[in-house]
Amino acid sequence: MIRDITIGQFFPGDSVIHRLDPRVKIIATLLFIIELFIVDNFLGFAIAALCLGVVINVSKVPLGYIVRGLKPIIIILLFTFTLNMFMIDGHVIWKWGFLELTEEGLRTAVFMAVRLILLIIGSSMLTLCTRPLSLTDGIERLLSPFKKIGVPAHEIAMMMTIALRFIPTLLEETDKIMKAQQARGADFETGNLIHRAKSLIPILVPLFVSAFRIAQDLAMAMEARCYRGGENRTRMNEMKLKKRDYTALVLLTMFLAVIITESKLF
Amino acid sequence: MDNIITIENLIFEYNKGDESHPVRAIDNLNLQVERGSFTAIIGKNGSGKSTLAKNLNGLLLPTEGVIHVDGYDTRDDDNIWNIRQTAGMVFQNPDNQLVSAIVEDDVAFGPENLGIDPAEIRRRVDKALKDVNMGQFKKKAPHLLSGGQKQRIAIAGVVAMKPKCIIFDEPTAMLDPKGRAEIMSIIDELHAEGITVILITHFMDEAVRADRVIIMHEGRILLDGTPQKVFEQEELIRSVNLDVPLMVEMGAKLRKAGIDIPQSIITEEEMVEYICQYE
Amino acid sequence: MSIRVENLIHIYDKGMPTEQLALDNISFAADDGRMVGIIGHTGSGKSTLLQHLNGLLRPDSGKIIIGDTDITQPGVSMVEIRKKIGLVFQYPEYQLFEETVAKDVAFGPKNLGLSREEIDERVREAIELVGLDYEEMKDRSPFELSGGQKRRVAIAGVVAMRPEVLILDEPTAGLDPKAHKDVLNMVEEVHKRTGNITILVSHNMADIARLCDKIIVIDSGKLITSGTPYEVFSKKEELRAVGLELPPVTRFTETLRERGIDLAATILDTDTAAEQIAAYLKGKAK
Repeated sequence: MIRDITIGQFFPGDSVIHRLDPRVKIIATLLFIIELFIVDNFLGFAIAALCLGVVINVSKVPLGYIVRGLKPIIIILLFTFTLNMFMIDGHVIWKWGFLELTEEGLRTAVFMAVRLILLIIGSSMLTLCTRPLSLTDGIERLLSPFKKIGVPAHEIAMMMTIALRFIPTLLEETDKIMKAQQARGADFETGNLIHRAKSLIPILVPLFVSAFRIAQDLAMAMEARCYRGGENRTRMNEMKLKKRDYTALVLLTMFLAVIITESKLF
Repeated sequence: MDNIITIENLIFEYNKGDESHPVRAIDNLNLQVERGSFTAIIGKNGSGKSTLAKNLNGLLLPTEGVIHVDGYDTRDDDNIWNIRQTAGMVFQNPDNQLVSAIVEDDVAFGPENLGIDPAEIRRRVDKALKDVNMGQFKKKAPHLLSGGQKQRIAIAGVVAMKPKCIIFDEPTAMLDPKGRAEIMSIIDELHAEGITVILITHFMDEAVRADRVIIMHEGRILLDGTPQKVFEQEELIRSVNLDVPLMVEMGAKLRKAGIDIPQSIITEEEMVEYICQYE
Repeated sequence: MSIRVENLIHIYDKGMPTEQLALDNISFAADDGRMVGIIGHTGSGKSTLLQHLNGLLRPDSGKIIIGDTDITQPGVSMVEIRKKIGLVFQYPEYQLFEETVAKDVAFGPKNLGLSREEIDERVREAIELVGLDYEEMKDRSPFELSGGQKRRVAIAGVVAMRPEVLILDEPTAGLDPKAHKDVLNMVEEVHKRTGNITILVSHNMADIARLCDKIIVIDSGKLITSGTPYEVFSKKEELRAVGLELPPVTRFTETLRERGIDLAATILDTDTAAEQIAAYLKGKAK
């Protein structure tokens, strides 16, 4: 069910990847994503996939766990795949009615699918190997130079922290409310679209009420624990770039160079 | 007497929709809490006990009257962080007071807000988690823990701020018996270490552990004294729809049956001893 | 009418590495007009069992027979099950959603497809059964009520479906002593007036001992023991082994007995305990 979603989840571990500075990991992920869009041939993807494979292997996150995270996007994947397959003009290799499968179309479809899969896996590696709080700390630090131009770096990070903390709680709450309303005879599965939309009200109203109650309680608890925004706040886990972080940055630069060279050459 | 908290003529009113008719939650209350003591505050919902608790660390400010916490006036903005560090607070709902998705980061939240040195935060977090027997869970996500465990994390989060006083606002109301027992034994330990404990509760068996019991009713103090003294007033307590500890009830029934049970007996151990040596 | 649960088995994540036997061959029965208590510590499988009784979960094997219908059979409609069995979850006030109390209580009956007149009648009846004044409450928003009142309204929402079996999971959790007593009295009242089978889940052994005709003890998905309160609470060691305590007064008299005081075994109420202790002490003083 909804709990199967692994995107955005953290996979506890103690690998080198887990221990890297979050800032390095965020930058690496951003670069990886950019590179996926620079790449325009399969060899480039192969190199990217290989590097990603090495990272996964080092991180010790089970491949099955990562692949399971792809489940929710399967529909998007199939949709774009089919669309690409039939919508691009070129050398027709198969025809059925108005549907024409072209060589170029098939190529683009596979190309886009590979890109999308690498994109999802690549970015989920960031969240799988980075404790949510380090991630938000990393974002806060990376954004802090922009504070001067009015970017609320600390607030953004705190909002993400709280969201990460309470998503599982709210999912659980949703599950409970759904069951309670089902016990009162509510039916979420049958009927037309309007009926189904209406049947969500008995879930959404209590869920909002819960969310407000949590917000109120949490704000009170945070105040009681002396929370007063980002000013003068210290962090238990200081961020200092270590040797492994520099190594990672060097490797990252090399990877970037290879990809750029490769796309120029072929 | 060395008091950590002094409350003088506290009145607290809040608006419930209608500005011209504020509701008076606390009505001219005077109270001193001795440093290092263990005070239980009992009262039914709406008696003002939670409002009182939130006044003790500046989460709410008096409408009238003055509260001093360790010498700081809660109305003075400059003192507010000192006050909240001095008087920590643990709330009822174990889910809604944890900020972080990782146990140890949550415990670090308070000390981080205080601007404490990272190495020192690390020491405090490890110590606090050990104090509540949750050391082995430090990397876990709170939503995977039981209610009692979550509440222990919340306590650790307060302990890591090194407060002199901790206010527990119905910390066991949402827990099962096992969770309740765990939390109560931690509260006893904290008290033994010298922390002033203020425990707000519905459960009489928890209140008998305190050195002092205060019963609140309609925003005022109805009874105040040692548990023995307070629970002597069984009828008065029942008249405001509260229970008395089982042994107080038992003692009253036995006295009615003509057995001379001293009113000072309020715990099971005392009662068992008394009956066993009865001549 | 009766409820019979036969050899209920439920496995979570069947075939997965996380596979877990949640209910392990549970059987019990109860007749009309009975109040059954279910006890077991958190995570013992109680909630899983309750959700089966209400058709929210399907067993991997076993039967749940209400009257003469086996509700685990594929042909039985959900509406049919809900008509027979009402389930009140923990903290049921968190499920309130309508603008008015009357509308919220009407949600269940409406889902059963009843006529308007029938719904109105049931709503009025249910609100009064839970001890609230219909005229005063019907147009109020459920969100502005006190904690105890909210809980009553939520329970009324299930009572209005007129279930033959009413299941309540921890109906007094988080309430103050007064509201605790009120809600229990209300449950007793509904039980007496409707003659239903009531299944009460609670951690409060004193309440269970006082109210129930029969108690079922569950641990790790297994039925450990069952019987009258007297029978169950005389198995002190067995209960302790699964992390359960005796009712406080029973624990007290048992401690006295261990210390050599001559009292009857397994005393479940304070009056009897006081009488017996007084008689013993008077005998000793002579």
